[in-house]
Amino acid sequence: MWIKIDEKISPTVLREAEEKLLAGDSEVTLDFSSVSRVDAPTLRELAELARIADAKAGRVNLRGVNVDVYKVLKLVKLTQKFSFAN
Amino acid sequence: MSTLETLPEKTIVPPTENLPPERIACLDNLVSQAKTAAALFAQFTQEDVDRIVRAMVLAGLEHAQHLARLAIEETRIGVMEDKVIKNMVASEFVYNFVKDKRTVGVIREFPDRNLTEIAEPVGVLFSITPITNPTSTVLFKCIVAVKTRNAVIFGPHPKAWRCCAEAVRIMYETAVKHGAPEGVFFCLESPTIPDNAYLMHHKDVAMIDATGGPGAVKAAYSSGKPALGVGAGNTPVYIEKTADLNTAVVDIIVSKTFDNGTICASEQTLVIDDEIFDQVLKKFADLGAHICNEKETRLLARTVIDPQTGCMQPMAVGQKATDIARFIGLKVEPNTKLLMAEIRGVGRGHPLSAEKLFPVLAVYRAHSASEALRVCVDVNHHGGLGHTAVIFSRNDGIIRKFGEVINAGRIIVNSPGSIGALGAVYNDLVPTFSFGCGTGGGNSTTDNVNIYHYLNIKRMARRTQNHMWFRVPNQIYFNMNAVENIRQFPSLSTIIITNPALEQLGHVEIVRKNLPPKTHLHVHVIPDAEPEMQVILDGVKALNFYKADQIVALGGGSVIDAAKIMKLKYESPSADLEELAAPFLDLRKRVVQFPSERTNHARLIAIATTSGTGSEVTPFAVLTDNANGRKVTLADYTLSPDVAIVDPQFVMSMPKGLTADTGIDCLTHALEAGVSNYASPYTDSNAMQAIRLAFKYLPIAYENPRDEEARSMMHNAACIAAMAFSNASVGLNHALAHAFGARFKVAHGRANALMLPHVIAYNASVPTKFMPSPYTQGYVANKKYATIADLLGLPGHTIDEKVKSLIAAIEHLLDDLDFPRSIADLGISKEEFEKAMPELVKNAFDDPAWRSNPRMPLMSEIGELFWKAYDGRTRPVTTEVLEHQPA
Repeated sequence: MWIKIDEKISPTVLREAEEKLLAGDSEVTLDFSSVSRVDAPTLRELAELARIADAKAGRVNLRGVNVDVYKVLKLVKLTQKFSFAN
Repeated sequence: MSTLETLPEKTIVPPTENLPPERIACLDNLVSQAKTAAALFAQFTQEDVDRIVRAMVLAGLEHAQHLARLAIEETRIGVMEDKVIKNMVASEFVYNFVKDKRTVGVIREFPDRNLTEIAEPVGVLFSITPITNPTSTVLFKCIVAVKTRNAVIFGPHPKAWRCCAEAVRIMYETAVKHGAPEGVFFCLESPTIPDNAYLMHHKDVAMIDATGGPGAVKAAYSSGKPALGVGAGNTPVYIEKTADLNTAVVDIIVSKTFDNGTICASEQTLVIDDEIFDQVLKKFADLGAHICNEKETRLLARTVIDPQTGCMQPMAVGQKATDIARFIGLKVEPNTKLLMAEIRGVGRGHPLSAEKLFPVLAVYRAHSASEALRVCVDVNHHGGLGHTAVIFSRNDGIIRKFGEVINAGRIIVNSPGSIGALGAVYNDLVPTFSFGCGTGGGNSTTDNVNIYHYLNIKRMARRTQNHMWFRVPNQIYFNMNAVENIRQFPSLSTIIITNPALEQLGHVEIVRKNLPPKTHLHVHVIPDAEPEMQVILDGVKALNFYKADQIVALGGGSVIDAAKIMKLKYESPSADLEELAAPFLDLRKRVVQFPSERTNHARLIAIATTSGTGSEVTPFAVLTDNANGRKVTLADYTLSPDVAIVDPQFVMSMPKGLTADTGIDCLTHALEAGVSNYASPYTDSNAMQAIRLAFKYLPIAYENPRDEEARSMMHNAACIAAMAFSNASVGLNHALAHAFGARFKVAHGRANALMLPHVIAYNASVPTKFMPSPYTQGYVANKKYATIADLLGLPGHTIDEKVKSLIAAIEHLLDDLDFPRSIADLGISKEEFEKAMPELVKNAFDDPAWRSNPRMPLMSEIGELFWKAYDGRTRPVTTEVLEHQPA
């Protein structure tokens, strides 16, 4: 499953990805190429997504994550939970 | 796709004793939220944080009185009006300091140093705040934290947590409203020591900022976390006899009564010169101080200071003077501002010499400036190391001496201690509510803590292209009869330094004929050997005797080197040759500088009579130290001759052996300068030309000594090669040759020849260790050897082939010059050589010549090179090369 995320990330979109994993999808790809910043609710949803992926042995791929956002994910130790690609 | 594997984190186990699980969960949750906030902060721009900070400052100003009232109600410490001012200073004055400072991204650039400083936030801070300045400290730290994009969890003093929590709430709500991440501040409610201990050890707390008593500071530093711990003081004040007494007395009252003396930088003991003592005390009394008599002093000492600990009684902290007096049963006027008591010493035996965060001042009568300074030092060391000290004086010498002997991060001059130390009011100190006390106070800094302590400052250092140089004598005359140019240099007294052989050959007479007519000439003959100290001293004596204004060095390297050193000692008699020979890595950074002051002046004209060393243009001179069995090498451009004469008539009679030896020395100079780490386009052009000339003319000059063209060109080649290595230095070949030549008494050129093919092969292969050098871009020695091969028209398609051709051509040249082709050929036995090997390796490695070599030699490799030179040629010279004639 491929989800394109707008610059203003909606937690709904991330919840959609969570549902896909819960429904049995083994892999979800989120396209972050339009995202310049993340906020606290997004981080919370990403952490939840990572938790579900762990539980379901699923895989979450993040595409096009800019380095500023990547650093935020790194600081909250979420980078190890996702796969990254350009 | 890529997934990052991360290293396991260090295991940090926070202490959990006396902490129920739900409290631990609560604290973990706070840290987690703060961590997320700090992470999100990483995305903020300077404009983002500046906008938030401005709003926070305005909120702080708006609530200054509200927070002051809360602090007074909760702590019962201090003065309401003063706490309002403190809150305003913490907001407005701090803002004025930080508002234009860059704290995001690039914060400073140093273009001339190629340095850029970039800010990196710290992350989550755990901050302890004191009871004495609760809300102002919180305001200050919140503003500084947002300015630097950090999150803070506050652990306020247990008796001041409500007012602090309110201050944090105001700052938090304002910050978040203006865009700060949620979770940026938290304040512990009813904090306990176990809470603090847990947070201090929490793995996600990046730094501790502890403003408080010694216990809190010690706990912070003991946690193993980076910490800013600032704590207690004991401020000595010296009122020196030249002080403006009216200003001093008012300033001290202002300071010591400010918030009832709760600022830890406030004055504690006044040390007053005897001449003004009574006058000063009267002024204090006139302005509302109560001067205690001896009985009252004893009462005060045993009540406000705990006799068990020697520390102040907590109940007195921040109380009014009249309240303290009433409490201890001391009768004072109702408007009394201060209680002052005379002490006669400092330490546990004199309780009032300790820190007193309330309006009680100790005073000491000093009978001299020296005694006053000693007592101030005593107070400083009695619990106040690193904190604050104050002096009132108009005597700048005393003020400076006070600054030198007192160990305090803030030395406040002619102004109030407490408000002065806060900064930005009475002086230009950085505004703060955290005073760093340095190592004396067990702290990591003596600074007034501010934004730069809340940042990791990254320094981006771009490669610096150091300037280089090309320095040679500014007058070089060459070709046949160039000596005639000596006529143009006026001189009243000239000394020719030469050796006996050259005098016999008539060379001295040639020079004499070309000197200006009225020149008084003296010829000073020295032995034909490397100069030793006595030779130098004799020469200097002659120079002084004849008051020489010109020295003509006529000879080979030894004579010219001797003349250089004689000139140095003649012009600068105090020059210490031993010290001047101290080793150095970089000419510009050398520890020992050559003297620039001169008592005499003499022009040095060098006339070379050999074609090898190039000493006529080099900044080097070698002195033999026979007493210690060693050579002393001096190197400095001030040694370079003023004028060089490269006239081939002086080398036409050189014997064949000397022609070969000096010629190979010249070639080695050029080859080593060519691949040196200090090589430049300027030295390369000289090195390449010298190599070309040597390959072409050395065999001719050797076979046909009277060939004027060959002699002239080799003479030029030696000088040109010397210009190259004077600026690019030599290399490993010289280091090996120096060690080997000295040990086995082999001529320098011959020793060079034995090493040369092996060193080229060594330098042209990939180094085991590269030489660090800011001057070179990549490893190029092999390519430069290939370029030399191309220049000589040698065969080869690849770099490797060309290097081999160059080595073969050198082998061929050495054969033509009838050089022994191995150390074994010199008759040195293998056993003897093996025995000498440790010394050879050591001396070669100690030789500074290889420092510019393109390949850093390991000691084992030096040994291998010596053995290769012992065995001699290992590769047969190809027919192709043998048939080749250099271009």
